[in-house]
Amino acid sequence: MSKRFASGLDALGGVDLSVARGEFLSLLGPSGCGKSTLLRIVAGLSEPTSGACRLDLTGQSGKATPRGHIGFVFQDPTLMPWATVAGNVELPFRIAGQVRAAERDRVRAALNAVGLSGFERSYPHQLSGGMRMRVSIARALVTGPELLLLDEPFAALDEITRLALNDDLLRLWEAYRPTILFVTHSVFESAYLSSRIAVMTPRPGRIAADLPVDLPQPRSRAVRTAPAYAAMCEGVSAALAAAMAPA
Amino acid sequence: MNRATRLLAPLAIGVLFLAAWEAVVRLESIPAYILPAPSAVARSLWVDGPSLFGSLLVTLRITLAALAAAAFFGGALALLFSRSRILELSLFPYAVILQVTPIVAIAPLIIIWVRQPFLALLVCAWIVAFFPIVSNTTVGLNSADRNLLMLFRLYGASPGQTLLYLRLPTALPYFLAGLRISGGLALIGAVVAEFVAGTGGAESGLAFRILEAGYRLAIPRMFAALFLLSLTGIVIYLLLDLLSRRLLRHWHESAITEEEE
Repeated sequence: MSKRFASGLDALGGVDLSVARGEFLSLLGPSGCGKSTLLRIVAGLSEPTSGACRLDLTGQSGKATPRGHIGFVFQDPTLMPWATVAGNVELPFRIAGQVRAAERDRVRAALNAVGLSGFERSYPHQLSGGMRMRVSIARALVTGPELLLLDEPFAALDEITRLALNDDLLRLWEAYRPTILFVTHSVFESAYLSSRIAVMTPRPGRIAADLPVDLPQPRSRAVRTAPAYAAMCEGVSAALAAAMAPA
Repeated sequence: MNRATRLLAPLAIGVLFLAAWEAVVRLESIPAYILPAPSAVARSLWVDGPSLFGSLLVTLRITLAALAAAAFFGGALALLFSRSRILELSLFPYAVILQVTPIVAIAPLIIIWVRQPFLALLVCAWIVAFFPIVSNTTVGLNSADRNLLMLFRLYGASPGQTLLYLRLPTALPYFLAGLRISGGLALIGAVVAEFVAGTGGAESGLAFRILEAGYRLAIPRMFAALFLLSLTGIVIYLLLDLLSRRLLRHWHESAITEEEE
């Protein structure tokens, strides 16, 4: 599929990609290669100019985006500052109808999963950047989505927080096994996290390389210093360099 | 900056200013009909206080009613604007015209058209007060975070839900900032309208008392009335500021106290 904006800008130029259930796929590419546009199309928030995006999710009826089957995490935590942590996480339920005891339990469970138990009644401004991002992830997970879309979620965080959240995300993926589409421009992050990496070219974005990551799972910090990881990063870097080179 | 300093610093300036004023009037023997000393004003405030206070209540009633009407209609109009871009485009210029037309110029007309004096004054004060609320709230309703808007769409929120859970909370600080400006403007509008109307008798507000004191060369009383007027303005501002802080204390940058950080 491809996408051209009303301004005539070609964001995506013929992306052909299929993702298997339960896969952790990283979309790696330079800034402005249409990665975010691709995620938006997958989420049903934007229409491709040509081609189509087909989702095979359970409970999908017709063309409508199935509520609660997709979770989205942005580069910014994108929290509502006037609502408490719990209020932010329960937003999908509030929109879907009502928040009863069962939903409140799921909110607690999601916060527990991201290590934020006991912060239910805090306000976003009282939390650190990393904690806010955890709240954002909890909100995306709370509905138990089959597909989790992450748009450079850790790009604005410091290195220490970023590494910790990398491990948390892996743990959550192993526990819930959603399909993950993870947009990043970090070679090391994509190699550490994913089971597969799709390297994209600069605008108009295409898939330049499709690399499986055969590092042992579950991953742990030991992987970061393993020779196989270094080789993987080197391979991905080379693919990225090739994708960036003018054709 | 601790609390005591924050309170004492402006108070000290006030005391110094009054002392200098008193000294100049006494040393230069300036007659009271040109510039009354603060002590003379205080004396007048003491003597005429009760009757001035009655007038103050008249002005205050108009001010508060105008502010309430401005908050209600300003908010409602902003809401309408946020629902329909075409409505905003076609009506907003007229709101601006209403804002830039000097109220002194149209007050006489309004007083002729609207027979009931209280209502006429109310309309004048309302015209002055309502624009900051409309324009601020309109900006606020359109300032919702783009990513949050996308998230609402992703979860299939209805327009009503987006308004209730996202646009209205986003607009609240803007609305309150507008309200704080309008509080002072409503008072000014009420006073200007009273000046133009010049109603005498039992129903006369503070502005009329100022005019009257001027005609009779009772300058200390004029100053006393002015003092009450600015005091009222300050109290209105402080109350609206307090309201804003109460409503936003948990989340908005303007209201989060340092201890909480």
